[in-house]
Amino acid sequence: MTVREKIEAKRKGKLRMKELGSSKPESYVASAVRGLPPSGIRKFFDIVADMEDVISLGVGEPDFATPWHIREACIYSLEQGHTSYTSNKGLPELREMLSETTRQDLGLDYDPEKDMLVTTGVSEAVDLAFRAVLNPGDEAIIPQPCYVAYVPDVILAGGVPKTVATKLSDQFKLRSEDIESALTEKSKVLLLSYPNNPTGAIMTRQDLEEIADVVVENDLLVISDEVYDKLTYEGRHASFAQLEGMIDRTILLNGFSKSCAMTGWRIGYALGNSALIGAMTKVHQYTMLCAPIMAQVAAVEALRRGEAEMKAMKREYDRRRHLFVNELERLGLPCFEPKGAFYAFPSIEGTGLSSEEFAEGLLREQNVAVVPGNVFGDGGEGFLRCSYATSREEIVEAVERIKRFLDGLGL
Amino acid sequence: MKDLTKEILEILEDDARATPAEIATLLGASEEEVAKEIGRLEDSGVIRKYMAMINWDKIDDGYVYAMIELKVALQRDKGYNAIAKRIARFSEVQSVRLISGDHDISFTVRGKSMKDVAFFVTDKIATLEGVESTCTHFVLKSYKEHGVVLYDKSQPKRLVITA
Repeated sequence: MTVREKIEAKRKGKLRMKELGSSKPESYVASAVRGLPPSGIRKFFDIVADMEDVISLGVGEPDFATPWHIREACIYSLEQGHTSYTSNKGLPELREMLSETTRQDLGLDYDPEKDMLVTTGVSEAVDLAFRAVLNPGDEAIIPQPCYVAYVPDVILAGGVPKTVATKLSDQFKLRSEDIESALTEKSKVLLLSYPNNPTGAIMTRQDLEEIADVVVENDLLVISDEVYDKLTYEGRHASFAQLEGMIDRTILLNGFSKSCAMTGWRIGYALGNSALIGAMTKVHQYTMLCAPIMAQVAAVEALRRGEAEMKAMKREYDRRRHLFVNELERLGLPCFEPKGAFYAFPSIEGTGLSSEEFAEGLLREQNVAVVPGNVFGDGGEGFLRCSYATSREEIVEAVERIKRFLDGLGL
Repeated sequence: MKDLTKEILEILEDDARATPAEIATLLGASEEEVAKEIGRLEDSGVIRKYMAMINWDKIDDGYVYAMIELKVALQRDKGYNAIAKRIARFSEVQSVRLISGDHDISFTVRGKSMKDVAFFVTDKIATLEGVESTCTHFVLKSYKEHGVVLYDKSQPKRLVITA
């Protein structure tokens, strides 16, 4: 074909696209994707982009870098040339260690060969879990406020999300009445995410026992995202899988992002009955294939020698938690004392502003970034998510600025 | 050791200026309880002193530091304590340690100049009874002291808002 002929062919191709009325690329986007709500924090990204001297309480990740010994172990493995695929399920060594630590932490036995899958962050594990169990039209009950990905993940898996609001008066714990209010004949899955982002709520063993009857009576499968488990400040973390007879009814998801300051590594895992994990592994092997080997190597190191630094980071979060709650009290913003994760969720209802108005005003006027509670779904309006995964100096300065903002409202 | 004691010590080790009220807030304890515990720790000698960590390299008129290792002939009945305490008396000496390995005692000296330090070692230390040999290492640059990095590090950036 000559150059001239090529140009001619291209011109004809374009004409043809126009004739068919499909020249707009967006028309190719699937309706399920088009229907997904846009990210509620997009707007704030754009505002922040042009600002300086912003104190951020808006971040959902640790302010620590990954402990050096973990980074160093990964660098060493790269020098040794460990750059290949791993087994779909993940490095055998990593699964062995996960099995061992889970036995120690929760007293639960998971076979590293059959009951375990290493994933690219807990995010992938959540996606896999929904895709592996939801038929079109199956309903997943999602207690909110919660992390923003669950609802879209259910929709993309062909399921139907049924959100239900937890309340400040219940310390944002999930109650069996909440579940009952969302039940239909199509209910199949109950999502749990405790310690909770954004509220800092936890579910104690007793709290979990109180919802277990409803779960069993309605034959629900529990998908439990426990990525903040190590950041439980009062009592021991409890998992739904620990309740008698519930291990086969629970897909337990966890990862290294929050406890080991490893968000960017994208490394998580799923534990559960081999039939469920097997189904997730099927999807995983055709989509992700395996989690990156460097992140898996780092995770092995984190499990082997990471405990001291993990505990030190937790102690520091706990101190900041006390500091922040104390400072918020000074402002007169009602806030229940968070028991886990690294967020406080104060109420701003008394100001008469919506969460978004408050957050935007605070950012524009006082250069403090927080996330408006409505982003996290039902029950989030009227609250702000403030992350205390930032230095104590910044926490104190941020609260000072929030005070100035409140004073400026003239309430 | 009680958790509260350990946490108080950790906080003070990191920031000697932290007040009992501030520490109490961080730990969710009462101010009285913390103040009382700090008093006890001071009285019993667990807390020896409150100090600032200074990077003298940033001051024009800085100091010269040296680490000196000694081989010592053991004295009957006295062990290493006598000579170690004797070295510790000099105000030029910043730390004195009994060590394992090729040498017996290691100590650090701070002086105004290399000459200053060198003469101190030859005049005051090498001449002590029982000192068999000295080995002086001058410090050319400090990168980390007391767990604190002294060079400027670039700070990786986090996103300002994430879910």
